[in-house]
Amino acid sequence: MLTRLAILFAWVAAIGLALFLVAPLIVIAAASFSPTPVFDLPIGGGSLRWYARIARLDGFWPSLSLSLEIAFLSTAISLVCGTLAAIAIARGKLPGAGTFATALVSPLMMPGLVLGIALLQYFRAIGFTATWSTLLVAHLIVTLPYVARTMIAGLARFDFTLVEAARTLGCTYPGGILRVMVPALAPSFLIAGLFSFLASFDNYPVSIFLADVRTKTLPIRMLQYIEEAPDPTLAALSTLILLGTIVLLVASDRLVGLHRMAGTAD
Amino acid sequence: MTDVAISAPSPAASADRERLSAIGFALPSFLILACVFALPLALLLGVSVIGPDGLTLTHYRRLLGTPYYLGVIWNSLRLGLLTTLITFAVSYPASFALARARGAVRSILLATLFLPLAASVIVKAFAWTILLRSDGVVNQFLMAIGVIEDPIRMIFTETALVVGSVNIFLPFMILPIFAVVAQLDPRLPEAAATLGASPLVTFFRVIVPLTLPGIIAGVALVFSLSVSAYVVPTLLIGEKYPTLSTTIAKAYLLAREPGFGAAAGVVLLAIAILVVALSARLAREQA
Repeated sequence: MLTRLAILFAWVAAIGLALFLVAPLIVIAAASFSPTPVFDLPIGGGSLRWYARIARLDGFWPSLSLSLEIAFLSTAISLVCGTLAAIAIARGKLPGAGTFATALVSPLMMPGLVLGIALLQYFRAIGFTATWSTLLVAHLIVTLPYVARTMIAGLARFDFTLVEAARTLGCTYPGGILRVMVPALAPSFLIAGLFSFLASFDNYPVSIFLADVRTKTLPIRMLQYIEEAPDPTLAALSTLILLGTIVLLVASDRLVGLHRMAGTAD
Repeated sequence: MTDVAISAPSPAASADRERLSAIGFALPSFLILACVFALPLALLLGVSVIGPDGLTLTHYRRLLGTPYYLGVIWNSLRLGLLTTLITFAVSYPASFALARARGAVRSILLATLFLPLAASVIVKAFAWTILLRSDGVVNQFLMAIGVIEDPIRMIFTETALVVGSVNIFLPFMILPIFAVVAQLDPRLPEAAATLGASPLVTFFRVIVPLTLPGIIAGVALVFSLSVSAYVVPTLLIGEKYPTLSTTIAKAYLLAREPGFGAAAGVVLLAIAILVVALSARLAREQA
């Protein structure tokens, strides 16, 4: 009886939680079709005009391309560096591997805003002031922990003797890596890339201190729009960003399965 | 290491070479960590204690000695504590249902976790400003079902802040807990029952200790994220509820007081490090 009640309670909690989590996403999508300039729900007829207005938002295109550039490049660099580091850690030949692994993941738990002001001071002190470059370098520390965490977890399950086995069976060393290690690690690599890209694309607390008037990432621009004049155009833009995220998630799910992400989220 | 079999070097030399190649692999990440993380944080610590005439603790005295700023620190801690407590209370039971779910139900529940996790924080916080407006969806719903007669003010209240914060950080609590709960052996409760344990005893003596690593990870992550949240308090409550994060941003972006901002940053950092260290220690004691 008690067990049954507990199970019922667990289901109520799970369903309530699911509804609560998707509620804001549904509301923002609905409000983007608002027929009026206030956030009315499109009951009895919506309007697409807010979508047409996104392109006319002040400084939208430069911000979008800046955010995409920084997210792509920082993810690419972090994927290479983080994967190499994870291999070194997993093979167990690295002195102080445990401490290094903890240190690599630790920026995840550090307040982003503190990292932002620390980087601002530091870049000024060493005379590194090119905004675009400072944003890219700063985003490396935003993305690297995501890659390191996922790749260390992925490599912990990888058996390195398989590469040796492939060589014994006639593969060259690079061939062994390519045909054994790469396919086994591809899912972790993809998930690492996905989360790292999203973390950079969505980052506000670090970017805000490094941006200047002409070089603003999309999240900075969006917060500015929201604080200045929130209208359904922003809901439309948010909905498009959400759609992009859904496409990325569905593609990853098709390729590797969402359940793997739950396993790496520890 | 490609010619190990051919040249057969001494074991010591090959171990050295493996260590060297491991260090080479780790080097790029180590450099990023040192130059873009450790050094800037060390410099921040320096800026917070250096005044015009040498070393000074003025900034810390202002931060820890005035009631206003003690209130600011408490606001941050309070937001972190409330968010952690509520997300845990919902996530723990829900993760058991999630672990039992199969097939399409499980996929849908997992999707409702990952989509919000991947969605932009600004988008979600903005959505809550729409939901909680006085002419917003929540008020319209409450009036429609007759709970309230006139719209109540929700946006820019502490309730709005906590609701938004819980919503945004929930996935970070449930995922680590779910990862542990999903691995529980379903025969354990039966075994405990066979040995004469009541369901309550089984829960507190068997289930809770086994899921503790997930609880520790989730609590540490959610607390350290919510205590330092910036976008959520900015959009959902504003000036009324100054936190360490908003104080830091103000000191740098408006007031141009880098020393004071740095000191506030160090305090926030100290809170985060304390949480990480404490959780690492608890996790070790568990193992």
